[in-house]
Amino acid sequence: MINEKAVAREAGEFEAVIGLEMHVELLTRSKMFCGCRNVFGCVPNTNVCPVCLGMPGSLPVINRRAVEFLCKTGLALGCDVAPYSKFDRKNYFYPDMPKNYQISQYDTPLTRGGAIALPSGKRVRLTRIHLEEDTGKNIHGGATIAQSQYTLVDFNRAGVPLMEIVSEPEIASAKEAEAYLGELKAVLSYLGVSDVKMHEGSLRCDANVSIRPAGSDELGTKTEIKNLNSFRSVGRAIAYEIERMRDCALAGERIVQETRGWDEASGVTHPMRSKEFAHDYRYFPDPDLVPLNLDSATIERWRDELPELPAAKRERYVSALGLTPYDADLLAADRPTAEYFERVAELSNAPKEAANWLAGDVRRSLQKHRLDLSESPMKPDQLAALIALVKDGAVSGKAAKEVCAVLVAEGGDPKTVVAERGLAQTSDASSIARFVEEAIAANAESAAAYRGGKEKALEFLVGQVMRASRGKANVELARALLKERLG
Amino acid sequence: MTSGHEIREAVLRRERSAAEIADEALARIEAVDSELKAFLTLTPERARARARAVDEAVARGDDPGLLAGVPVAVKDLFCTKGVRTTCGSKILENFVPPYSATVVERLEAQGAVIVGKTNMDEFAMGSSCENSAFFPTRNPWDPSRVPGGSSGGSASAVGARCVPVAVGTDTGGSIREPASFCNVVGIKPTYGRVSRYGMIAFASSLDQAGPMTSDVRDAADVLEVIAGHDPMDSTSVDVPVPHYASSLRDDLKGVRIGIVEEFEESIAGDVAMAALYEAAYAKLRELGAKTVPVRLPHAKYGLATYYLIAPAECSSNLARYDGVRYGLRIADGGDVYAMFEKTRAAGFGDEVKRRIILGTYALSSGYYDAYYVRAQKIRTLMKGDFDGAFAQCDVIACPAVSCPAFELGAKADPVSMYLMDYFTIPMSLAGIPALSVPAGYVGALPVGLQIAAPAFEEGRILGVAHAFEQATKFARLREPLIAADRSRAESRA
Repeated sequence: MINEKAVAREAGEFEAVIGLEMHVELLTRSKMFCGCRNVFGCVPNTNVCPVCLGMPGSLPVINRRAVEFLCKTGLALGCDVAPYSKFDRKNYFYPDMPKNYQISQYDTPLTRGGAIALPSGKRVRLTRIHLEEDTGKNIHGGATIAQSQYTLVDFNRAGVPLMEIVSEPEIASAKEAEAYLGELKAVLSYLGVSDVKMHEGSLRCDANVSIRPAGSDELGTKTEIKNLNSFRSVGRAIAYEIERMRDCALAGERIVQETRGWDEASGVTHPMRSKEFAHDYRYFPDPDLVPLNLDSATIERWRDELPELPAAKRERYVSALGLTPYDADLLAADRPTAEYFERVAELSNAPKEAANWLAGDVRRSLQKHRLDLSESPMKPDQLAALIALVKDGAVSGKAAKEVCAVLVAEGGDPKTVVAERGLAQTSDASSIARFVEEAIAANAESAAAYRGGKEKALEFLVGQVMRASRGKANVELARALLKERLG
Repeated sequence: MTSGHEIREAVLRRERSAAEIADEALARIEAVDSELKAFLTLTPERARARARAVDEAVARGDDPGLLAGVPVAVKDLFCTKGVRTTCGSKILENFVPPYSATVVERLEAQGAVIVGKTNMDEFAMGSSCENSAFFPTRNPWDPSRVPGGSSGGSASAVGARCVPVAVGTDTGGSIREPASFCNVVGIKPTYGRVSRYGMIAFASSLDQAGPMTSDVRDAADVLEVIAGHDPMDSTSVDVPVPHYASSLRDDLKGVRIGIVEEFEESIAGDVAMAALYEAAYAKLRELGAKTVPVRLPHAKYGLATYYLIAPAECSSNLARYDGVRYGLRIADGGDVYAMFEKTRAAGFGDEVKRRIILGTYALSSGYYDAYYVRAQKIRTLMKGDFDGAFAQCDVIACPAVSCPAFELGAKADPVSMYLMDYFTIPMSLAGIPALSVPAGYVGALPVGLQIAAPAFEEGRILGVAHAFEQATKFARLREPLIAADRSRAESRA
């Protein structure tokens, strides 16, 4: 009997074991424990109050909306929502932490279990999701802490509700980690609980990475990689770390359990300044808060309020609307895109065409103008109207591409754009015949080649007719006239 | 100085103006406070402005509130917007809060005239007021002695008749013990009865604000004003606030009063104290009450339990004093951790440091279950003890303290100081209300009787205390012994 695991082990192969800890800032109007506004990018220390500054005598009050957002995320991911949970204090000193303890959840997270289904079909199980508060931000006077004469602290972020989603160590590669992240981001976007902007820090990722001989059941020594603030850096950092560990293992070096930082510029991880003493967070239940008791009616109401989620949408797009899996993935990736697509599909009654436009020309034009779909002046009814014009033969496919580019950048009624630019398709045989004559005259060699049996030459001539007519000629009619003339 | 309710009535009838009452209180403070040192900060302008506003409201015919024109002293751990709030500590010596505690807002909304902030043991840790970072406060009944603590300044100010009303806080006895020492009424309400918002925390699961007053009626009125749910404090309970004055009674017919056997055994060794309490119980029976023996088997673990839970919570609560955002900062080189260490080393006194170390240890990994978790279990058992006792009685009557006020410096050993809270800690751990009412004198020194009831039954306590007070009038039987008064009396003679 051949034991594949044993074979792999003897071959000296390694497999990676990765667990992700995601921190998600929740999109509530106010902070986790006070009434301050929860918004990004304000003048430092303007969204603060005695509570989130940790003033003497101030007390926290739980933001019910944050609890709801977390539980809905849990319900969407198939987690068990705890009917009883409480908040604990995590004690440690750091200047960006107003109370020098963080209110978090230690042994009673709001949810346990659940999983994230990757597009590959693999399910990565979740350990827990809990609720806590964000810290402020240190702004160093110099380039690094060591070079700084002073450090300023901005407490606008202090107390922003933070949801921590912890996965089981079941992710096997950098690619899978990216897929996990993508799927989680899509779900959060659908639920509307986060703006999922990694570059603004509303979605942050720490990765626990270890390797072991392929086929082993034991976990190797792990490192925790911090400072991963984009999809790209998550993938690159994990790939780098796996290679680094592999090199260590092959060289017979010991892998040290430590926290490592990712340096985006140089593309390497490096050990972070290790704390002088081992942390003992001295967790204990926060006596300023009463335990959270969620009744099943509330939990069921939240479950009923869940929107259709990305996996279900993708499935429906393929099976009911006939999209390719690739287009379905693309269009279901975030809620605004999916909603846009569905609106265009509904108005035009042509889901496949809507998908083709959005996954093709629209996407390219958006990239060219560095726009998000939601930022484009082109509204769904305008794209739907364009699809209708093509269907009715009022504009050729080629001209429609030109119209589309205009709409993405400027918006407007496609009919007006067609008229203004003189792009209406012509099916008038006599005017097309004039372009046909010109094309044959100017490309005698191609005409001869076609007559000599080279089918491809005809398409070149069709192209010339279309070009001369600035895309307005009905392409089928042009082809027919050419064949007739050269036949 | 008369009582708060008498002042209010005089102001409402326009026999006295709130302004002249405020001036009298300020003058009295000026006369005696150089000797007593009850106040850390005086607020004469604020007081006069408030008093004028009350007088104007009365003139307009508006309702000036339940505490109209009543001068009030506030323990210096209630945040007062724009007025320095030190918590008796160097680390907050120059701290001026940008907001006021809910208790302060509620007092002022009912016409109270806050005259100043009173001295206290640093961060409410102590039983003598000697742990104030600034100076000790003296007992008006014998200025060589302590006023008790931690609400010593508030007790001294009321006992010296500077103000009829003060507010203090009680974590393990910090209202009841100084009330007992200074011959005033002090009530620690049910945990959750009064908002803790803006009250600088010592031990969050035990801290509770309460009135310290010249008589029981004032305690009822002040409690009615400050009690009630506050959306800013999740631990404040949404139970309706009764009109406490209507539960005050003049006899005790039909009342069953529990006498705690364990406490009686403990006080028996001090003949004078035992006799005083025996006389108090006899007076209760004389008023119509029936006394029944009850047991609190876990009371003996109270001190040990308290000295795990309170320091554990304080070690976390006091972590915020780091020099970053407010208060003392010592940054003379080194990194931010050096700043934390130097600031806290210079800013906290010995007793505060002792408790932070105790609490940090009790919460440490490997010790948490053995200490903190076990202490919480004892706390549950202690609640059970009281449930059992209250099945047999309506209220409990017991000693508030084991001795009268002691001399400054007499309790240098921390544990001997901790023992001062022996009779008050069990009620704190159980979260139930308890009051100290003047019960007579041992020699020249006043002593209080403690009355406790089930949660949210402050009305019962006030009712019994009122009957006892009306029958004895111990608070007014003698006058305090302050040098200023003696010299005035001598010059008159």
